[in-house]
Amino acid sequence: MAEGATNQRIDTVAALRDAAITTLLAFGLFLPLIGFHTVTNIRNELELDTRWSLLFSIVAVVGVARLAYSFLLAPWLERIKQRPVATTAPAWRASFGKWFVPFCIGFVIVYPIIIIAATGFGGALKWVDNFGIQILIYVMLGWGLNIVVGLAGLLDLGYVAFYAVGAYAYALLAKEFGFSFWILLPLAGVMSSFWGILLGFPVLRLRGDYLAIVTLAFGEIIRIVLVNWVDVTNGYAGISGIPRPSFFGIPFNANEDGFAATFGLEFSPIYRTIFLYYLILALALLTAFVTVRLRRLPVGRAWEALREDEIACRSLGINTTHTKLTAFGMGAMFAGFAGSFFAARQGFISPESFTFLESATILAIVVLGGMGSQIGVAIAAIAMIGGTEIMRELEFLKAIFGESFDPTQYRMLLFGFAMVIIMVLRPRGLISTRAPSVFLKEPKPVPVDLAKQGHG
Amino acid sequence: MEVFLQQLINGITLGSIYGLIAIGYTMVFGIIGMVNFAHGDVFMVAAFVALVAFLILTTWLGVSSVAVALFIVLIVAMLFTSLVNWIIERLAYRPLRGSFRLAPLISAIGMSIFLSNFVQVSQGPRNKAIPPMVQGEFVLFTQNDYAVTLSFKQLIIWGVTAVLLVCFWYLVARTRLGRAQRACEQDQRMAALVGVNVDQTISLTFVIAAALAAVAGTMYLMYYGVVSFSDGFVPGVKAFTAAVLGGIGSLPGAVIGGLLIGLIETMWSAYFSIDYKDVAAFSVLAITLIFLPQGLFGRPDVEKV
Repeated sequence: MAEGATNQRIDTVAALRDAAITTLLAFGLFLPLIGFHTVTNIRNELELDTRWSLLFSIVAVVGVARLAYSFLLAPWLERIKQRPVATTAPAWRASFGKWFVPFCIGFVIVYPIIIIAATGFGGALKWVDNFGIQILIYVMLGWGLNIVVGLAGLLDLGYVAFYAVGAYAYALLAKEFGFSFWILLPLAGVMSSFWGILLGFPVLRLRGDYLAIVTLAFGEIIRIVLVNWVDVTNGYAGISGIPRPSFFGIPFNANEDGFAATFGLEFSPIYRTIFLYYLILALALLTAFVTVRLRRLPVGRAWEALREDEIACRSLGINTTHTKLTAFGMGAMFAGFAGSFFAARQGFISPESFTFLESATILAIVVLGGMGSQIGVAIAAIAMIGGTEIMRELEFLKAIFGESFDPTQYRMLLFGFAMVIIMVLRPRGLISTRAPSVFLKEPKPVPVDLAKQGHG
Repeated sequence: MEVFLQQLINGITLGSIYGLIAIGYTMVFGIIGMVNFAHGDVFMVAAFVALVAFLILTTWLGVSSVAVALFIVLIVAMLFTSLVNWIIERLAYRPLRGSFRLAPLISAIGMSIFLSNFVQVSQGPRNKAIPPMVQGEFVLFTQNDYAVTLSFKQLIIWGVTAVLLVCFWYLVARTRLGRAQRACEQDQRMAALVGVNVDQTISLTFVIAAALAAVAGTMYLMYYGVVSFSDGFVPGVKAFTAAVLGGIGSLPGAVIGGLLIGLIETMWSAYFSIDYKDVAAFSVLAITLIFLPQGLFGRPDVEKV
């Protein structure tokens, strides 16, 4: 009893000291850039403002958070650690795992109907577009990149280049030659795939961080070309007036031969949005389906072998050149599909949409989801993209922080922060078990800690 | 010829800035084998701190002597940026040491996004321009009405870079810290066994890297007179290119790589196309990694099974 009391007191002293140090560090850290604010005055000169109250409130929040960690969170984590770990998974988890995927697919299929029922035609547009289509594009890109990063273990930081190739291929060919979306979709995929293989050739010898940086350089080069090759791409101004996809030849407009008139409905922009929603859903599911099937084919097994150990892979007689190039090509093809969908949905594209930040976002989704896990990637895409989209909706924060507070400014700030936090807490990603593709009698999930990665 | 000489002077100036940032990449890569993706943004943060310090000194305290102001700004930026990088290492990279290889890289990318957006949110998205700190130039010679000049600020950048490189070389080659640092680079476990405090050494590596990036940031602000929250990414990638070109892990390589990248960029802008100057630097990166992955001065990476 007495001993426990002493421990408690020492803890308090240590906790207070930690909190004091943290507070001091936070003060030092935030002083220059939050304490002072550079503003341009009327004469176009820079002036300094001070924001002491903001600085002190942030520092106080950090200090209190540190105290709360020492007194509340740390003991709780300690207790959790001491709790005996169940060796067998509970029965509900097995059935949960079995029903989870069909349930999710069912949910996304009926999602627009639920939303329309809940908010009506007017309100549904935003929810289906911003949350449905936007997230599904990233789910698809995540699954596409998952082939390269998650399955083949090739770290690609320039994935957005293939997305851009797909988007520009659709935009230019549709505008110049008037080809329809359904012809250009596979064509854009083929073109992106071609570029994937072309850029894959020189980097065959590289791996790990170096590969990441070179692919980043390639991605940036393609973006700079898009910016500067004004004759073809119209530079920063971008391409506008890109033809929209039609419903098997019936355009979505208010005319006599439009979709609404043909089916005897009242015209509303929501039909096009719902059509696009199901289109990207179908494309995303196609990506997932192809990936699942490929994992069972020799080429998919070769990818996974390559990820685990390149040298062992080569010693077994697997042609690593082919294996790598098929992974690059396949991943790029899905990016091309997504890109042409993106161009068709937006009706306008510019190089601004294909910056490095997009590549980093897609890679973050794949890694945070747990590399190689399809479900994990989807969950990460929903969390990261949906989370940043929700920031747009948080109007009530204005009541707390004042009228000038704009939550959308903080989207990328929180995004970067979340990347660091998730990596620190779960470096293996959200879903860190891996379903083996070859097994004896019954599949047992492999904790990824055991499946040591070779060089990827 | 005169254009060439002028570009040579400009290129060496730009290259000095890249070289200072490149040392940070090369040291961190050497000691923990990770590409510190956020280093370019640390450089940008340093430039902003220098901006704030400069404004405090000139508009509030009325320091009129440029030399004094520049010196104080440099010290403040170095101290603060070191603190920032020390904290980043503690929070974002140390917990991931020994984790799988991608984890620190992703964490660093997240940190890079965080830092640039933090500056955007806290200081605003617009370019921040200050009146020129240092004016005046030497006219070296005039030929065909083209004056080849060496401005005072270029001279300051050369001088500061040279002095710092000497100090830094002394630190790494002659002091106890430098020895510990080189030991950790070779074998962390062995270094720990012979009594080197590995954690502290790695922390100090980040501090030194940040201090040099802070010098680069201050010089950048003085040279261009303008800085924005997005200025970290491209110089960061170019400095990384410099580190790779010189041979990653090699300190003289980083400096020479930086000078080469600076020269390639200015020459390319002068003789080919200024729009594609970033393509030149990125192509050098790709070509180096593909054909000469060990760089000019690096040790070849032997693959063991």
